[in-house]
Amino acid sequence: MTKEISRELPDSLNGDLRSKLMRWETLLMVFVAIAFFTNTQLSPYFLDPWSLSDATFNFTEKAIIALPMALLIIARDIDLSVASTIALASVTMGFANSMGAGPIELAMIGMAVGAVAGFVNGWIITKFDIPAIVVTIGTMSLYRGIAYIVLGDDVYRSYPDGFAFFGQGYVWGVVSFEFVLFLCLAVVFGVLLHKTTFGRRVYAIGNNPTAALFSGINVKRHRLFLFTLVGLFAGVAAVLLTSRIGSTRPSIAMGWELEVITMVVLGGVNIMGGSGSIVGVFIAVFLMGLVTFGMGLMNVPGIVMSIFTGLLLILVIGTPIIWRRILSARKLRSQKQG
Amino acid sequence: MKSTSMIGKLISHREWLLGALIIMMLVGVGSAAPFFVGAANLAEVFDDTAILIMLACAQMLVILTRCIDLSVASNLAFTGMCVALFNVAFPETSAFVTLVMSIGIGLILGAFNGLLVWLVGIPSIVVTLGTMSVYRGFVFLLSDGEWVNAHEMTPQFLALPRATFLDLTVLSWIAIALTLVMFIFTRFTKTGLSIFAVGGNPKAAVYSGLDVGKHQFITFCISGAVAGMCGYLWVSRYAVAYVEVALAFELQVVAACVIGGISIAGGIGSIWGAVLGAIFLGLIKNALPVIGISPFWQLAISGLVIVLAVIINSRSEKRGGRRILREAHQ
Repeated sequence: MTKEISRELPDSLNGDLRSKLMRWETLLMVFVAIAFFTNTQLSPYFLDPWSLSDATFNFTEKAIIALPMALLIIARDIDLSVASTIALASVTMGFANSMGAGPIELAMIGMAVGAVAGFVNGWIITKFDIPAIVVTIGTMSLYRGIAYIVLGDDVYRSYPDGFAFFGQGYVWGVVSFEFVLFLCLAVVFGVLLHKTTFGRRVYAIGNNPTAALFSGINVKRHRLFLFTLVGLFAGVAAVLLTSRIGSTRPSIAMGWELEVITMVVLGGVNIMGGSGSIVGVFIAVFLMGLVTFGMGLMNVPGIVMSIFTGLLLILVIGTPIIWRRILSARKLRSQKQG
Repeated sequence: MKSTSMIGKLISHREWLLGALIIMMLVGVGSAAPFFVGAANLAEVFDDTAILIMLACAQMLVILTRCIDLSVASNLAFTGMCVALFNVAFPETSAFVTLVMSIGIGLILGAFNGLLVWLVGIPSIVVTLGTMSVYRGFVFLLSDGEWVNAHEMTPQFLALPRATFLDLTVLSWIAIALTLVMFIFTRFTKTGLSIFAVGGNPKAAVYSGLDVGKHQFITFCISGAVAGMCGYLWVSRYAVAYVEVALAFELQVVAACVIGGISIAGGIGSIWGAVLGAIFLGLIKNALPVIGISPFWQLAISGLVIVLAVIINSRSEKRGGRRILREAHQ
């Protein structure tokens, strides 16, 4: 029994209305609406603008990593070290702060450390041709390990006043800097993936790396770039998170890699590469945010939420596979009758 | 293709290289702190590493079939909590029954992973990443976040892994026995050999009449059963059960396999590799405090070792390892 995972062609040109309605993104929107409605029923304060603004904080940083991670997974790779990269970048910022760096310098350092960490991942993976999952499991220990070496069970605190803006500042009324940054990045990544040659190449690499190579795409360089990009935005997330909570411990952002990957997969990105869209990831991010916020309103402890996240991940990937199998079985049966 | 040079032979026999490294480490640490290489201390180190060894052996089978089981540590924590609570509720139960029960619970959790991989066809990394947090969450639901402490457990519950026989603990003997069983299973049984074939070249395996998914399912069952058994052993050895038992331990298990030369691409590896990889990590963990390095270094060192090990393996893999069904050269 062979189990070739049948891969749909990305971005089919013209579908009828029914297939458009059956699209993953539409389904996600329905779930978002349900989650939103449930939250309004759970708490009368939910619709308050400040409350809505607070709700965005607990997913924006993860969402910012989810965008480049979507590109990486579409290109058939994965990065499990993002949460550890955050820890490494945050610890470096804390160290730089103790040496007297200013807010802008701190942000630059955080992003640079992230980009370097991502580049190292990509370099090892492409240079020695090793599966991304093993290398990033290794660097996941390594990066967080370095954070532990530097900090032990200490804490970095007392960041400069100006630094607080990144994670706590508001751009306009109740709209936070973090959230605006995420919206802008979502547009940038949407254009990058769906409207540029680079984006088409990402799909090509994910669908068939060998064919992509033979059609003249420098696959290694693209993969290296994508890993660096994911690292860079893990650095951005580190800046936002460190600024928001105002302190650094080596255990910062523990377990985030799972949540980021769940967001991406929930957004309809095929874990085996080759298909997915930024719109899907964008909606999935809100769905995850609303659901966790709703559970927070019901005082569900974080560890129970993780049961939900885990089940969601399995269901989201399992359901379409079962669905497709039922459809093809039915088609086979009707062919036999006809 | 055979490499004729001496060094080539040494590297392709990764287990020898790893064994030599381990002996070098023992000599190095022993010259700094002679008590470390004393028989009593080595037995203690082995006892401390026994659980990692067993989990690495089971994980090896999963990795051989091109899968990965990231849920072992959560499975261990859940099963450990189950048997601890069972022991509190029914103190008369004998340790042997508890052991069998833990294997059963672990087997069910492993079979659930396996079924999702086999029948639904979800990639194993997704399944086990999901069940990793699901099973961990179940520990919380089961215990309500409470701890089960040593004084609540019965003496016979606690005694089993600690009892000594010929200067080694029962826990160590269980690890040795399991290693031998696994060795015989992978070398001399039809199913064991099929596992290599299925991972080495799934397409060829199908054409030679092997069900790839079914063999993946079998390895997940074994991995789950071993994780469950380790759950009981862990909880009774450390005499405490709580939600965060063995948190992130799955990474060490995968690391032990990778260091032991088990190819993540499937089909290549041996039990001795997994065992030596686990012993290597166990030695690092136990030797660091002895030579005066802060335990905070442990995580980074094991990370570095994993990265170096995969780089070295990627080179030697190209020379080919033990393969049942070879892929055609294009």
